[in-house]
Amino acid sequence: MSTASVRFDGVTLGYGRRPAVHHLDGTIPAGSLMAIVGPNGAGKSTLLKGIVGTLSPLEGQISRETERLEPIAYLPQAAEIDRSFPLSVYDLVAMGLWSRSGLFGGIGRKDRGRIEEALAAVGLIGFERRPISTLSGGQMQRALFARLLLQDASLILLDEPFTAIDAKTTADLLDLIRRWHAEERTVVAVLHDLDMVRRVFPETLLIAREPVAWGQTGEVLSPENLLAARRMVEAYDPHATACQRSAA
Amino acid sequence: MADLLISPFADFEFMRRALVGIVAIALGGGPVGVFLMLRRMSLTGDAMAHAILPGAAVGYLIAGLSLPAMTIGGLIAGVIVAVAAGLVSRLTSLKEDASLAAFYLLSLALGVTIVSLRGSNVDLLHVLFGTVLALDDQTLLLLATISTITVVALALLYRPLVLECVDPTFLRSVSRSGTPTHLVFLGLVVLNLVGGFHALGTLLAVGMMMLPAAASRFWTNDITVMMIVSIAIGIASGIGGLLLSFHAELPAGPAIILTAGGIYGLSLLVGREGGLLWLAWPGKHLEA
Repeated sequence: MSTASVRFDGVTLGYGRRPAVHHLDGTIPAGSLMAIVGPNGAGKSTLLKGIVGTLSPLEGQISRETERLEPIAYLPQAAEIDRSFPLSVYDLVAMGLWSRSGLFGGIGRKDRGRIEEALAAVGLIGFERRPISTLSGGQMQRALFARLLLQDASLILLDEPFTAIDAKTTADLLDLIRRWHAEERTVVAVLHDLDMVRRVFPETLLIAREPVAWGQTGEVLSPENLLAARRMVEAYDPHATACQRSAA
Repeated sequence: MADLLISPFADFEFMRRALVGIVAIALGGGPVGVFLMLRRMSLTGDAMAHAILPGAAVGYLIAGLSLPAMTIGGLIAGVIVAVAAGLVSRLTSLKEDASLAAFYLLSLALGVTIVSLRGSNVDLLHVLFGTVLALDDQTLLLLATISTITVVALALLYRPLVLECVDPTFLRSVSRSGTPTHLVFLGLVVLNLVGGFHALGTLLAVGMMMLPAAASRFWTNDITVMMIVSIAIGIASGIGGLLLSFHAELPAGPAIILTAGGIYGLSLLVGREGGLLWLAWPGKHLEA
């Protein structure tokens, strides 16, 4: 298993010229299990998009250090999949093999075994032939976790993976996250359930456009820090001038 | 019965040629139509079909009813409109459907004007509705080439095409093939429309793409089967439409599209996947 760490040097991400993440510095060490926490509009999803590379920083640099360049396993917020598309659960999960099979590579017997394993790991045996349009929200999330399993990536990014998911499914999927952590993969998840963060995630980044605190979960989620995060002003300042802070 | 169904094709060469042409168009157009439908680009196909007209018209202006000139002209115009509409929607706040509508209306008006500059009304009808009963060797070869290119290209692009429809974010996170795939696909759409244009004209060419595709959606939930069903429906429409036009002395192009429309209507009613009759009388609900 290769390891992956991510470094931020004075990173500002945003839309137009408006920053959604403002001057972030720091490193996600290889093998860490980290939660990103903050109010709505704090830039959590934007930060993940920045790491994946679908959004380029307005300023600063995000660098990934891996032994070999491999795709990141990224689970965006659920709404972005076309559920009406005529595709079976099996085929959806099999997409996780993309980085190995690519555009043309075949899916052999070994790969089919791995797909079976992944489906079993998320409790979706018997769903193989079902069209994805017939899945419930929780079943869909299980299928997407099976796809993440197959991606076999050293860096895994999850954007609100447990929103609107029941307790049983959440517990099952958390077990998978613990397994990834034990395998020394780097896992970063955007979460709202602070109890879960305290229970499962040793490290936390608290962000409210500006980074508020980053480190051991117990210290980061102190009442003072949470209050500071809640004070974030969400509305744009229509008279904002160009930022004078220099990149580190 | 055999007299009714087979002898028109056995006795007349122009009917056999028309049949071969339509089979070629169905082979390429069916699968392309299925992807257009699943990508929610059905009207894009329609708009692009109109967009081809001024290019073909310029070709006509320069060289008369010449196959290469009108083909090249149509290809160039189709690509220009596809790229221009894409750019406008990316660079401005106008959505792609609105910018396509603007471009295709312009193209249609421009195309009809250019043809009228030189030709007669007969030529205009030829350009708008095609000449499926007068396909020469050259044209048949072009249609066969286009459907071959289409089938091979779709086979190569199958994965990213499907993935870009279902989960574009995922595709972007694992591969950079999304944008090139989209461009090649648009190229295939233009290519097939230009092919269909020679047989069915600019106004009806898109019919052999979208009607079989829309009908096939009512028969299966599997995308591979859907493509095969749409090809079969395209071929059936060709045979049915040609026979209809032969016996009832109707214009052949519209008869083919009307037949496809009839099959679409039938599928809409009785299709096993979401047909109206099954929705109205689904039967008693199951145990689990």
